[in-house]
Amino acid sequence: MKTTYIIAIVAIAILVGAVVAYVFLSQPSGPSTSVFINSAGATFPQPFLNATIQAYHSIMPSVNINYQGGGSGAGINALTQKNVDFAATDAPLSDSQRKAAPNTLHIPETIGAVTLAYNLPDVTGNLKLSGDVLAEIYLGTITKWNDPAIAGLNPTITLPDQEITTIHRSESSGTTSVFTKYLSLVSSTWSIQIGSGTSVEWPGGIGASGNSNVASIVTQTEYSIGYVELAYALQNNMPVASIQNSAGNFIVPSLTSTTTAVQSGASQGLPSGDQSWTAVSLLNTADPQAYPIVAFTYLIEYKELNVIPGMTLEKATAIVQYMWYVVHDGQQLSSSLQYATLPSNVVQINEATIRSITFNGQTLPVT
Amino acid sequence: MMRRITGDKIFQIAIAAIAASALAILVANAYVLTSGSALVFDTFGLDFLTGTSWNAVEGREAFGVLPYVLGTLLTSGIALLIGVPLSLGIAIFLAEMSPKKVRVPLSYLVELLAAVPSVIYGLWGLFVLRFWSQNYIEIPLNQYLGWIPLFGGTPLGLDIFTAGLILAIMIIPTIASVSREVISAVPNSIREGAYSIGATKWETIRHWVLSYGRSGIFGAIILGLGRAVGETMAVTMVIGNATGPKAMVSSLFDQGQTLPSLIANGFIESPDPLSKSAYVGAGLVLLVMSIAINVIAYLMVTRLFKVKGGAVE
Repeated sequence: MKTTYIIAIVAIAILVGAVVAYVFLSQPSGPSTSVFINSAGATFPQPFLNATIQAYHSIMPSVNINYQGGGSGAGINALTQKNVDFAATDAPLSDSQRKAAPNTLHIPETIGAVTLAYNLPDVTGNLKLSGDVLAEIYLGTITKWNDPAIAGLNPTITLPDQEITTIHRSESSGTTSVFTKYLSLVSSTWSIQIGSGTSVEWPGGIGASGNSNVASIVTQTEYSIGYVELAYALQNNMPVASIQNSAGNFIVPSLTSTTTAVQSGASQGLPSGDQSWTAVSLLNTADPQAYPIVAFTYLIEYKELNVIPGMTLEKATAIVQYMWYVVHDGQQLSSSLQYATLPSNVVQINEATIRSITFNGQTLPVT
Repeated sequence: MMRRITGDKIFQIAIAAIAASALAILVANAYVLTSGSALVFDTFGLDFLTGTSWNAVEGREAFGVLPYVLGTLLTSGIALLIGVPLSLGIAIFLAEMSPKKVRVPLSYLVELLAAVPSVIYGLWGLFVLRFWSQNYIEIPLNQYLGWIPLFGGTPLGLDIFTAGLILAIMIIPTIASVSREVISAVPNSIREGAYSIGATKWETIRHWVLSYGRSGIFGAIILGLGRAVGETMAVTMVIGNATGPKAMVSSLFDQGQTLPSLIANGFIESPDPLSKSAYVGAGLVLLVMSIAINVIAYLMVTRLFKVKGGAVE
């Protein structure tokens, strides 16, 4: 009995000692060790953010950034709970959200377009939709593809006699926020009955989580239509509808029409990074060649980084430098993914915002 | 001598503490769910339990879990309806009729079904089962029997029916393996007695073996039901994710939502305290539902089957 006890005690001591030694030795011990940054949020800009993260990692191999996606709501929540080092959202923080997460900054990092991808097996040629017809489709008042309202906009296409299946986001989503804000703008019925937000009470259709799942379900479900960010529609080779803009023209969503919308809608009157961005809208901008459903998407971050647990000077510097990279050199990655580049006035605002980020009261070097 | 007595005492206390910790976890769970959902019950009262809206838009907030309770009950019901006969068939085959050589490998394969992660079932359901179910079951039923409300709706393959089907597949290993053990544990004297009065194999199994093991088999079914009620990922991926009044399904082929899938979809990202509290409230309703199902099952076993505790009579 005695020997068994001794062996057991020695074994446990060795085990505990090994664990303590491992933990002790694996603490970062200087500026040359790797930095791990955690982030989460919108799936809308995810292709672009992933590209910038990869590119930045090849420039600065010691910086490892993990972007989790999950939706704008998840991002806002995570930053409010201080569970991540920074977050991304398509929907700017509302006043109540800004109260819950005080001293947050908005840094628009790219611009995307919400497109309507559809699955009509025997139809060739581009589908044209107007804002109020789109609203009626999602409200359920237009139920068939060959409804006179749709057929009237598409005289050259034979539309099938099939029910329309609408696909929407099942979770709290910034893409939903942009899309429903647009529908509220163009349809008073939608505005009264449903309204806008990151999560609304959809009158019907299938819900899927994430831009990629919506794209995937539209591809697999015949006679369906769903709203996805432009990059997802292009990556999956999905046909997208041309939407009628405020000048009456039917515009195909593309890099060009998105950039036109930005230049038309964001040339002046933008707030600074520490103010509210809820009034900023790139929807239905005035230019006759602008695509109507365009939106900024934002990186959100606390102004003073020491409120985030586990933040160190190395991490704070890495975050600030990564954000500086994204709004400058990183912008070169956006066009190939069909995201519009930031106009120079927005870059200037972002520069001031990023420079204002501090750690323990000290400003951080941006390059 | 003294050391053995103190050792026993320590052992007793340790075991009691471990058992108490299980109870403590349940109590802690209930406490967190109750305090977290206080806000939504304060705001909506019992309308939360009977309402059908689910609206998080600022200024229009309304939350009600009735459609999701319905969805949970429906999908679990379908899972049992399809899964129990299949599981019992598998169990009977494995315990009574299969050749001895294949018994062990086959049992192992059935139990392997339980090892598949539920998200894999969800992916398979989304990419494979959905179309099979839509083309071979839903569309034919909807075409020919669509006048029955149960088979109306929008047969898209992502609906209550497919979710129930996936759940049935997921609970088969649980019910089948426990039932197989129960049936194997039936003493041979029962079977010999049946054969001696001229019963056929099927009659023996049906009237003697299954009724002898009925409480154990019922326990297996309750285990399966517990898994079906709580299953989240696989259900979320194939159920269609309807919310609000539209989730109050009127047919098997309507898009619906269960309590677990509702919480999985919305909780992590719920943007404000009221909607977060609503999701916690849904969690509380789910916990109460699960406990109620288990209590009812226990009462049924002890009253209807006249068995005490877990023992076979």
